[in-house]
Amino acid sequence: MVSTAEDMASVQQHRDSAVKLEVRDVAIRYGSTTAISGINLDVRKNEIFGIIGPANAGKTSFLKALNRMNDFDNAMSVDGEILFEGTNISDVRNVYALRNRIGVVFPLPVGLPLTIYENVAFVPRLRGIRDKAELDVIVERCLTRSALWDEVKDRLDSLGSLLSGGQQQRLTIARALSQEPELLMLDEFSIAVDPVTTMRIEDVLKELKPEMSIILVTNLVQQARRLADRTAFFLDGECVEIGDTEALFTGQVEDSRTTDYIEGRFG
Amino acid sequence: MNHASGQQTGNLPDINQRNADWYIDKIVQYLVFLSGISAIILIVGIFIFVTIEGFGFLLEDFSFREFFLSPWWEPTDDDEPTYGILALMAGTASVTGLAMLVAIPFSLGSAIYVAEFATGKTRETLKVLIELLAAIPSVVWGFIGLSIMNPLIIDLFDVPVGLNILNAGVILGLMAAPIMTSICEDALKAVPDRYREAAEALGGTRWQVIYKTVLPAAKNGLLGGVLLGVGRGFGETMAVLMATGHAINMPSSVFDSVRALTATIAAELGETAVGSPHYQALFTIGIFLFTITFIINLTADLIVRGIRKS
Repeated sequence: MVSTAEDMASVQQHRDSAVKLEVRDVAIRYGSTTAISGINLDVRKNEIFGIIGPANAGKTSFLKALNRMNDFDNAMSVDGEILFEGTNISDVRNVYALRNRIGVVFPLPVGLPLTIYENVAFVPRLRGIRDKAELDVIVERCLTRSALWDEVKDRLDSLGSLLSGGQQQRLTIARALSQEPELLMLDEFSIAVDPVTTMRIEDVLKELKPEMSIILVTNLVQQARRLADRTAFFLDGECVEIGDTEALFTGQVEDSRTTDYIEGRFG
Repeated sequence: MNHASGQQTGNLPDINQRNADWYIDKIVQYLVFLSGISAIILIVGIFIFVTIEGFGFLLEDFSFREFFLSPWWEPTDDDEPTYGILALMAGTASVTGLAMLVAIPFSLGSAIYVAEFATGKTRETLKVLIELLAAIPSVVWGFIGLSIMNPLIIDLFDVPVGLNILNAGVILGLMAAPIMTSICEDALKAVPDRYREAAEALGGTRWQVIYKTVLPAAKNGLLGGVLLGVGRGFGETMAVLMATGHAINMPSSVFDSVRALTATIAAELGETAVGSPHYQALFTIGIFLFTITFIINLTADLIVRGIRKS
């Protein structure tokens, strides 16, 4: 909660600083099982922050904690501090507004059971936009940016769930873009997408970078190398190391396990 | 039967001899088959029985115009008996309609609470209680209508009689609500969690997520639940007999006493001469009720099946 002048000043400072998201000593537990612990990292503005690591490293749980998707999951508890623009997210008074500012793309595309048009217009409508012409503009812009417009412009009124897997994933990206998010989190978005579409989405992400911070969780280490400015390596519930992507991929590592993973010796 | 040599243990069965196991297997197969198709046999049997009993009336005294369009149900009139069920249909329809007005918001609300908001113990307890509520015998509901609702309505609205559409509608609505809640809750639970997560991630509040995503996705199941409630209301007899006042009347307000189709059969059948036109006319009402409830239930079933597939 922002109350005193001092706090206001510190928030203002954060607005100006290059850091979008700070994670301090975060641990996530499911009952008595620890999924991930001791996570400290910063995500800067206008960067793509890659997170790589084998299955069960806690990557997805970590993303869930960042927009408080754990609220409705009683089994999941989050310790430590997550600061979004300098505000601790566990103190925000309107969690829905927080989520509204953070875009999420899930591993398997989830087209809401609505038409293509309504999928993309969902968030603008939540924000109270009623004007059809205004919605039309937003829908076209978002679908164009996610490289889907040409394929669906003649059937915006058909169900989103009838699209192919790759198209649905681009639909969910269009939906996330309609939020005009300050932070976009992608959780292994290419898992159900063909290579050509994957490359198209990667191009879209590069174009988006000047406007937002992007967290890219990926199983494909080469994808992290292609896209991420900095990369974190998660393993068995801890963050092994964080570094400039190029450095990590050229062997300038602090922990040899990072190189072992990148070069495919395990995981 | 033992054809085995010395070392062999147990009896080796003769391949040309049917033994006890063989016969038991056959008998069990037939028994299970009979139980399985008994539902069909019973339904068809009942339909044939009701039709035969009402057939004489349909052939001789039945007039489509009089039966469906006359409000006069006077089968015991010595000079000129009339068999019009319009008032009875109006009674059944008005009570069922009011019952749905009570039951739909009630059951939808509790289904949404149980499926979307309640967790852990609260949820389990509520589910058990709702099932329990559905099991209360209808005569108990009728009793509540007679002894509690009746004086309450007389006091509250200052009307001479408390046994009327309002009374029966509320009683029937409360009766139908638990089963409707159960089915609607199943429909909501069948909506995959990934829809909820996706809509929540977009920043929807819980009500926005339910209203814009979950309810549209579950609409077929919800509609099926509502239709089953309608079917229940239509076919209900005892509570309606006790709470409507059982007076033949074309209703003009909810404070009018009415009489339902089902209650008419229940009250009069025991006092008619078997085979008389009156007796047969009651069975004709039975055919009519049977057809209507069959259509309602079939529609509900098809709709519910529809969601399971998609």
